[in-house]
Parts: sequence; C-alpha cells; structure tokens
Amino acid sequence: MSRIRNQINQLFEDPFSLTAPPTGFFEGWSPTVDIYEDKDKITVTAELPGMKKENIDVSLHGNALTVSGERKEEEEEHREGENYRSERYFGRFQRTITLPTPVDPNKIQASYRDGVLTITCPKSDEAKPKQIQVKTS
Amino acid sequence: MNAIAENQNQTARTRAQADGRYVAPPANISATDNAYLVELEMPGVDKSGLEITVEANELTIIGRRKTETPQGELCYCESALADYRRSFELGPDIDTSKIEAEMDQGVLKLRLPKSEKAKPRKVQISG
Repeated sequence: MSRIRNQINQLFEDPFSLTAPPTGFFEGWSPTVDIYEDKDKITVTAELPGMKKENIDVSLHGNALTVSGERKEEEEEHREGENYRSERYFGRFQRTITLPTPVDPNKIQASYRDGVLTITCPKSDEAKPKQIQVKTS
Repeated sequence: MNAIAENQNQTARTRAQADGRYVAPPANISATDNAYLVELEMPGVDKSGLEITVEANELTIIGRRKTETPQGELCYCESALADYRRSFELGPDIDTSKIEAEMDQGVLKLRLPKSEKAKPRKVQISG
C-alpha cells in the first residue's frame, strides 16, 4: 500500500523519473540497471544504495544474470519515532538481465561502491569479434 | 505539523529537473524526541560529491555523481545518470547549527537535532 502511495507521490513530484525500477510479479523491489558493452566485455551496474555487500547475491544461468538480496531496515532510532515520509524500499529484491552475448562465467567480477554494484562480465571467446585475413589468390 | 516540508518553491527545482540536470533522491524522514532523521538515496555519490547548505530555513542537498563510468557503449539505461538535488523547508524547532551528516554506500543520513526548547520536558511538581 505504501509503495503505491510512493509511486503516486513520485509521479507528482518527479514526472521525469519514469525509469523507476519496474516492479513485476515478484513480491519485492527491483534495482535500476544500466548495461555497457565494449568488444571484450559487458558491464552491468545496479543501483543498490544502503546495502551490505554480504547481502547481495549475483548468479549466472546461461545468459541470465541475476542480482538478488535483501535490504534491511535499520532498527535503531527510526523504529520508535514518527515517520513523515517513507520513499525508500526495503526487503527482498531481485532482478534478472539477459546478457546480449555469451560471457565467461568463471571470469565475472562484482564490486560494490557508493551504493552501486558493478558486475564485469568478460565475453566468451566465441562472442568476441574476430579479424579475418583477406588473402589474395 | 510537519517540521520538514518539501520546499514549496518548486519553480527552480522543476525547471532544473526538466533540464535533466537533477533528479530528486527518494527520502525517508522520521522523528524521535530529540531529532529528525532524514535519509536520502543517492547511489553513485561519495562524500566529496555532496553539498549540503542551510540558508535561512531552507535545507538544500546536492549530490554529484562521480564522473567515472564503465568502459564501452551504454546500450541499456534505466538510471537517470543525473546529479541529485532536493530541498526542504525546516521548522523553527530545528537547531540548524547542529546538523550532522553521514554518507554510507550511497545513502546520506542527516540528523537534525531539535532545539532545546522544542524537546519534550517533564515538569516537576513542587510541594
């Protein structure tokens, strides 16, 4: 319920952010994702502010890269007090991205900094562009 | 009564957003007896990219993303890739000289202490 209210609030406040994380049938929230590609690798970034790195899971099944985990609400002071505004999502999240080319599952690396998860996926050899020598006969 | 209200002077802000220069970061605001707590989500911003100002009763937070992006061509994009800005009007019960800020993994946490006279107080009954 509060999520619907938040989304409506967001529409009024911020009509330009309709790129907001899509929420599908999955009971939870989904992080915003960007994908970069160059000839050697695909880099996926996911916005996950306020996480602990041990609560983030990254897995690959075929070409499907899944990021999932849980963002826990801090107990401390917040709980007891009065809440005026709650626009942040907490709880479980999941996001699956189909990678555009095959990648080498053993060489995937992930790092988490400033609330952004960066996953670097080197392309598998068959997906890399190959230079073909033109011979003269 | 709400001691921290979204700044009603929307013109400058909405104009900046229309230009694509800024997006408003999602916020949580709560209160305890002693302070108000504001959390803002600004992924991609570190301590050095923050600019927090209090002018009269207006609190403005600007968060600039670091310029480094992954190599390659951006082939799919959902994030706004813009800097963050949001401003709030503060009530008179906040001691603006004692605001504390902390940045942790893209979440800015502000603690705005209530001024002494605004805190709840027990009245001793004499006699």
